[in-house]
Amino acid sequence: MSGMTDAAALQGAAADAARRKRAYARHYWPFVVPAAIVVLAVIVFPWVFTIWMSLQEWKIGSGRSYVGLANYERLLNDERFHWSILRTLYFTALAVVIPVVLGVAAALIFHRRFPLRGLARTIFILPMMATPVAVALVWTMMFHPQLGVLNWILSQFGIPPSMWVYDQSTVIPTLVMVEVWHWTPLVMLLVLGGLASLPVDPYEAAKIDGATGWQAFRYITLPLLAPFIMVAVIIRTIDALKAFDTIYVITQGGPGTASETINIFLYLNAFAYYNMGYASAVVVVFFTIIIGLALLLLWSRERFKDAVR
Amino acid sequence: MTQITRRDALLAGAGLLAAPAIIQSANAQSNFNWRRFAGERIEVSLTANPRSQILIQNQREFEELTGIRVGSEAIPEQQHRQKFVIEFASGRPSFDVIGISLHVNKRQVGRARWTTDLKPMLADPTMTSPDFDFQDFGAGAVAYSTQADGRMDTLPEFTDYFILYYNKEIFQRANVQVPRTYDELYETARRLTDARNGQFGFVGRGLRNANVVLYSCFLLGTQQRDYVDANMRLLTDTPDAIASGEMYKKLLRDTAPPGVAGFNWNECQTTFAQGRAAMWLDGVGFATPLEDQARSRVAGKVGYAVVPRGQVRHHCCLFGTGLGISAASNERKRGAAWYYLQWAVNKQNQLRFLTSGAGAPARESPYRNEEAIRSSRFGRDYFETLIASGRIAHPGLPEIVPVTEFRDTLGAGLTNLIGGADVATELRRATEAFRPVLEQSERAT
Repeated sequence: MSGMTDAAALQGAAADAARRKRAYARHYWPFVVPAAIVVLAVIVFPWVFTIWMSLQEWKIGSGRSYVGLANYERLLNDERFHWSILRTLYFTALAVVIPVVLGVAAALIFHRRFPLRGLARTIFILPMMATPVAVALVWTMMFHPQLGVLNWILSQFGIPPSMWVYDQSTVIPTLVMVEVWHWTPLVMLLVLGGLASLPVDPYEAAKIDGATGWQAFRYITLPLLAPFIMVAVIIRTIDALKAFDTIYVITQGGPGTASETINIFLYLNAFAYYNMGYASAVVVVFFTIIIGLALLLLWSRERFKDAVR
Repeated sequence: MTQITRRDALLAGAGLLAAPAIIQSANAQSNFNWRRFAGERIEVSLTANPRSQILIQNQREFEELTGIRVGSEAIPEQQHRQKFVIEFASGRPSFDVIGISLHVNKRQVGRARWTTDLKPMLADPTMTSPDFDFQDFGAGAVAYSTQADGRMDTLPEFTDYFILYYNKEIFQRANVQVPRTYDELYETARRLTDARNGQFGFVGRGLRNANVVLYSCFLLGTQQRDYVDANMRLLTDTPDAIASGEMYKKLLRDTAPPGVAGFNWNECQTTFAQGRAAMWLDGVGFATPLEDQARSRVAGKVGYAVVPRGQVRHHCCLFGTGLGISAASNERKRGAAWYYLQWAVNKQNQLRFLTSGAGAPARESPYRNEEAIRSSRFGRDYFETLIASGRIAHPGLPEIVPVTEFRDTLGAGLTNLIGGADVATELRRATEAFRPVLEQSERAT
């Protein structure tokens, strides 16, 4: 009898819980609506609209017509688009690896105590605070092959002048140089934060065990810093992939198409040629590439964590 | 001491008696009702340049004359083009008056009928002031403002000719004459190039897109002259096009500074203003910074000449801007906007353009104003060059809708020439790449 009562009581409690849950949902769902509207308006709708536009032939000022996957087919055969992807990847690889290596090195230096460390740190992070367009304009003046200060400095050391952004073979490395100058401080700050949070015990233990400075760095500092470095890599990758302002102001994708990254290609198609349908297809493909890279980075991060454990 | 004779007294008396009649006649002249749209407000969207600056600085004159309030904006050229195209396409532009680069947007604006036909208002004496004097506009400028179907949907504001800037000091030192043909230009440039000492015979645009207008100078001198034929077929890989490419290639490779492949007008201007280049072919609007003592080392030493002759023809590139009225504005605003246009390109403002070095006006009368020319900071050769250029001007870019894409595609090939690429191959490649774009654009017409 008591067993039956218990079961009934349990059933009643479960029914009560379900009722409460329904009532909760009924009373509280309006609170979700504003957030849902915002998400729909600023994320879902633009995406659906972009995908819809990528299926249209639409040039501003002319009519619009449905063309199915024709824009994607055109992308498959567009050599200029293929080159812009390769250039973007080349630029991104350099603009991630170099600032990360230099940023980690700078963080290790600035983590040590030395006179005027605070002042040196402040000076080091100054480039990061400058507006990209202003930075680009100043660098453009410095790159001028005949009148720029950079070639004058080279000449003082007997080094022949460089063409910097004025030559197809040197333009991407030169743009990376600007990016490195601008964003290495950010990596330094992220890693410096990581260094400040490292525990002291492992170092003391390693010292007692007779570990050298290099061994302490290789087997303690680097693994413990890995999550911070990974964050820096992810932020830099996203930044480098979407780099536009600096490149556009300095070269506008030139000379020729030598620095035409996917963002420049996209911008020209959308706002110089007004090919909205085609540009939308570029956006969709570019987004897919970014998602792929992001997944790869997250997967690497997990693998890295496992390896450290 | 001068004596007043009886005759003088009679003449003075007659003059006094005639005064009311003279004033009445003047009033009849100015009987035009400038205050018809008083109280209206219009928005004006212009490209940021010295000419727009003049209009904005003086728009109070217009507001006081008409009682129409004006809100003006001046936006950098590239951004302005994007803004007005997108706004027009939206169907509700934020402006009533728009400044348009005819060499870039003429066909696009004309095809979409974004701006109103000005001819009916021009023909209406109640809408057009008798002082406006439309006959004063150069025939070339009017033709440039008129669409193929005869609609005049902009009023010519400014004509931009390509001219030859040269450094008089370098020319005198080397004892050479100003070249009269492109072959002479090349020979002179070679002679004046002394790369070891940082002096180059020539500088010109090498950057993709920007460089096409320099190439146009050479193409205009050929028998073919134009980029497209009457049936809108592309003519960019013909023998004349290739010959023009050869001239472009050898001039920039042999006589221009290293790195010229990345030079737009601003790098060219800097190079010339620092005295590093003997000659520069570009638009008339650069005379002002070149003559600025604070910014230019060649101020007072700049010579101006019409562009050299080609093998067959003698033309200079013509570009220009026009002012249009948004077709989306209501009737009263369109009327007020037409009044603004009449004021903006009146003789006084056009003279201001010329004497301040802001550019070549579309009207002819400023060039005849001897007093203004004498008091200008520019030498007589500058004005003579403008007048002579006006006589040989021809559009420097094809009147097609995808003109920016055309410039990018052909321009990339031209930049490759500076790197040593084969002219015929590059031009053929550019032609093949652009032909389907043009064909598609023409089909949509």
